[in-house]
Order: sequence, then C-alpha cells, then structure tokens
Amino acid sequence: MGEERQEGGRTVREYELVARDAEVEVAPGVFYPAWTFDGQVPGPTLRAREGDRVRVTFKNEGTHPHTIHFHGIHAANMDGTFEIVGPGQEYVYEFDAEPFGMHLYHCHTTPLRKHIEKGLYGVFIIDPKEGRPPADEMVMVMNGFDTNFDAENEVYTVNGVAFHYQRHPVEIKKGELVRVYLANFTEFDLINSMHIHANFFDYYPTGTRLEPTEYTDTKMLAQGERGIMEFAYGRAGSFMFHAHVNEFAELGWLGFFKVEE
Amino acid sequence: MQNVERAAPGSRGPGWVLLGLVPLLGLGVLLAFIVLNGAGVTRDDLPPVEDLTVERVALPTEYEMVVSVTNGGPDPVTVSQVNVNDALTGFRVESGNTIPSLGSTEIKVPYTWVEGEAYAITLITNTGTTFDAEVPLAALTPGFSGETFWRYALIGFYVGVVPVALGLLWFPFLRRLGTSGINFVLALTVGLLVFLVVDTLLEAGEVATQLPGAFSGIPLVILVSLLTLLGLLGTERLFRRGREEASRLSTSYRIALGIGLHNLGEGLAIGAAFALGETALGTFLVVGFTLHNITEGVGIAAPILREKPRLAHFAWLALLGGGPAILGTWIGGFAHSNLLSTLFLAVGAGAILQVIYEVTRILLKDSARTKAPALSGTNLGGLTAGIAIMYATALLVSV
Repeated sequence: MGEERQEGGRTVREYELVARDAEVEVAPGVFYPAWTFDGQVPGPTLRAREGDRVRVTFKNEGTHPHTIHFHGIHAANMDGTFEIVGPGQEYVYEFDAEPFGMHLYHCHTTPLRKHIEKGLYGVFIIDPKEGRPPADEMVMVMNGFDTNFDAENEVYTVNGVAFHYQRHPVEIKKGELVRVYLANFTEFDLINSMHIHANFFDYYPTGTRLEPTEYTDTKMLAQGERGIMEFAYGRAGSFMFHAHVNEFAELGWLGFFKVEE
Repeated sequence: MQNVERAAPGSRGPGWVLLGLVPLLGLGVLLAFIVLNGAGVTRDDLPPVEDLTVERVALPTEYEMVVSVTNGGPDPVTVSQVNVNDALTGFRVESGNTIPSLGSTEIKVPYTWVEGEAYAITLITNTGTTFDAEVPLAALTPGFSGETFWRYALIGFYVGVVPVALGLLWFPFLRRLGTSGINFVLALTVGLLVFLVVDTLLEAGEVATQLPGAFSGIPLVILVSLLTLLGLLGTERLFRRGREEASRLSTSYRIALGIGLHNLGEGLAIGAAFALGETALGTFLVVGFTLHNITEGVGIAAPILREKPRLAHFAWLALLGGGPAILGTWIGGFAHSNLLSTLFLAVGAGAILQVIYEVTRILLKDSARTKAPALSGTNLGGLTAGIAIMYATALLVSV
C-alpha cells in the first residue's frame, strides 16, 4: 500500500517506481530483454483507498524515455502522456484515488505498442471506502512476450512466466472466498480470456460497482480491459485455470489452483 | 636479420626450417594474446550470434518427432523451448540443451502426430530467438530393417540399374549405324550429359542452401566440382597407357562413373523424400525414371560402338552407371545428411563435366579428320535431341 502518511487530515500514499531495462525469464530457460517497472513484468501492484491522495515518484533509470500513464480521473499534466521523462530524469505524479475499482498503469511514450509490449505496465487498485469482504486476494495479469520480435507472441503468461502456476500451483483454502484482480495486457492479440475449471465466479467489470454483473466460468477481455472475479472452491483437489483461447493456454497461459482442506 | 640476408639462396640448413616456423610462431603469440585479452573490437552490448539449421525432422514412431539440428554459428546455442503447431511441448536432448558451435544434435519431441497432417515446429532459444522446421506431411519415417533395406535397394535398382541396362541393349542396333549416325549418337550423349550437369549442379545448389552458413555451401559445390573435373582431367593420361588417346572403353567407364554419381544424387533425393513421406514413389514415378535414365545407357555405349568389348564389360558398365542409385537411396533413406549430399552431387557434376570434355573431343577429332564442321547438322541435331529427350522425360520424375 506504499508509504502511508497523514497530511492536513487526509491519507497520502507515496510510491516510488523505477523504470529500468532488465532481462526477465518469460518461460523456463527463455530470457527476454524487457523494459520494466522495478525490474519486474508486470510492475508492482499499487493500491489505495477511494479518496486517498496518491503520490508516485517516477525515476527513469532505463535507456529510453518513458512515462507512467494511470487509468483514473486526474489533471492533464498527471496523465503521463505529454511530460516525457528522459533517461536519468524523474517526475512526480499526484492525484486523488478515484473512482474505486481495478485500474492499470503503463508507459505512454511513443511508439506506444513497443513501450507496452516490452513490459512497462502494472495494476493499480482503488478499494471502495467501505472496503470489500475479506478474501484471499491475488492479481493476475494476462500478457505475452514477442521473444523474436516478429510482432507475434511466442509465449503467453499470467504474471510473467509461462506455465509458472502449473509448476507452482496457487494454494487456496476450501470454502474461502478468493478474489482475483484480472487484467489483460496482451499485445498483438486483440483478446485474451480466463476460464476456471469445476467452478463459477461472480464478475465485476472494472471493479467499479459492488454488485456483480455476471455469474460465469469464462470471461473474455479486450486489450486494457480488466475486472474482479470472486469464487470459492467447495472441494479439495487440483483445479486448472487457463485462457480459453486454447493456443494461449498451450503457449504458457495455464495453471492450477491447489485447494486444500 | 643481417645473417639471414647473407645466407646463400638455396642453403637449407636447420635454420631454414626455423624461418618457416617464424610466421606460425607469430600467429601463436597473436592468438594467445587475443584469447587472453580479447581483440579490442568485441562488443558486449550485442546478443550472441545464433544460427541453428534444421537438417531434418523424422517421425520414428507414432508418438515422437526427432528434429536434427546443426549449430552453424560461432556461439553455443541453447534450445529452451519447443513449439509444435502453436503449443509448447516437452522435449529431450540427450547431449544437453546447449549445442556447441558447429555441433549437431537430435531434439526428441514426444508428440502424438496425426498421419497426413502438416506440422510447424519452432525451436525457441534462451534469448527468445526462434528457428523453424516443418513436417509437410506426417508419415512414419521407415527405420532400418531388413525389409526397408531391400525395399530401398529395389527402388534404386528400378531407378538406376534397369534403365541403364536397357539403354545398353541398344548397342547391337547402334553399332550398325554409319559414321554420321554414330556421330549423332555421340552428340546426343553430349546433350544428355549437358542436361545432367545442369541438373546435378542445380540440385547440389538447392541442397547447399540448406547447409549452415559456416559450411559455405555454394562455394563448396563450385570448388568441389572444379577440383573433380581437374583431377579427372589430370588422371586421364593414366588411362592412355602410353597411347596417344585413352581407350574408348575407358571413356565409356568414365561416362558410367559420372552418370553413376548423378544417379547416386538422384537416389539420395528419392530416398530422403521417400523416408520423409514426401513422395509415394508410385508406378508412374518408377516408369518415369526408367524413361528418363534409359538414354544414359545409350550415352555409356556411344564411345564403344566401333569396338567389340566382352559381354562382361556391359554388365560392369550397367552396374557402375546404375548401381550408385541403390547406394543413394540407402544413404538418403537411412542416414540423410545435407553435407554429404552436397558433396556427392558436386563430385558428380565435376565427373560429368569431364566426360563432356572427353566425348566432345572424340567428335572434334572426327570432324578434323573428315574436314566436316564441328557444329554440323548431325552434331547439333544430336546435341539438341539429347537435351530435349532428357528435359521431356524429366517432366515425369519431379520428386
């Protein structure tokens, strides 16, 4: 939740994000020369409560100019579209956390697609004032990597490494509410999707309302689209989750929930 | 240095040997320095050069694909993922995932493929670079067994030995021809050989382009052909045995050898295509090859139409001209190697060039003797007929 402090009777959350070039492992044994926030793809998840003041100090330690463009409601010069931050420079973004929901941040320097496909993106969650019911929460960012630079993804992942949750299943407890903050940052392909096995979930598009709009087991998201999934498993065992775009599933976007008693 | 200059030219003492070693010593020092300190021109900001070449994809069982690769680049290449038809699959490399420079290995991919379907295979290295391979038509790759051994031998027999032997059966007919008739046949032989040398060189060039860049495939073809030609020209005098000219029979043998090497190349292509399921080699193709290669028998017989060789010679000539096709199908089917194929084809092209020279010389001598122009209607007609027959029958045998 960043550095929390009180200024003039309101909560201010301070974050620091550093853009830097880094080699990241995107599939077992396959390394990709990424542009990252804090050395990881996706970048760190930022979180605030509705109405908080958010202050993000952005340092560019990379080799190319970058910005941070937040999805949210804010002033023009806090939008990260015109104030390009060159290598070695820094910029402070400050705005009120609104509206509540599940949002994104990413670089908005041109060429835009290049700056996003290289890995400069992350999730920005604004909790509603009254909060959400307690749950086992997790962020899942769907993405892909074009490792041979032919404008097509060679691997697809959730949270950055192909088949990671197949080799390291996500452990959850039987009967406990699970909340997945799901975002689609896939480039080149127009859509991506999420399907969970042997279960259904409540879906809150963009997380901006407290009532679910859908009860389903498969959700398709366009580029930049995101939402919140809520579900609980009533039985112990291993359950698969994956993109129902089957090609993506077999190219890395596939994992398991390990439900324990 | 003063001493060296004073030494009389021609004196070759122990010091002379040392002089020969000086450049090598300098080279050693330079190499040691570069290995230890670098050459000062290295760039660390560039990724390694990766150059994998897929030699072949075999399907030895219904549930496995085997990709043979060669690393033709200067740096080791590590294969980290294998993608078959847009799905990452497990794989095994017994010698380890890293292939050293100029090393070769087999990547075994467990995969239950469907007969008759096409597969695209992508090898992904640790840097994310990709190398593609394909299975145009999935079919079981015949393994080595007594049965397949004989089946390949039979293919080679049909394609090589049978047509050449049949062509040689024209000998009694052709020897009753007059001088101009025989010249026509000799010119036809030159035409046939010209077709074969073009065909062999192009085939060699095609295979050579599939070699890793480091092997310099196209220069290899040209140089090996040239060396073969020069080597055979140089050894021709050995066959003369003191006479002014090589015996006509030995010319026939050399034509048979050149044609044999060409048929070896044909066998290689047929064997490889058959093994990889790219051709069914049906009746039509076998008949096509017989028609195509029957002219080769005529070519082998042409120089000896005025002589009376023993019958055994014809058997040997048929075997030398056609037999290598059997060898070719075995190599192509069981141990296909693009490098080996390139070399065989290049040697074949050189050998054919040499017999073109030899047969042309027979024609030229004859025209000098009879004071007829070398490019007479008969000779030009024969040459054209040879090329035309080969071209027309080649339409039947595109593998």
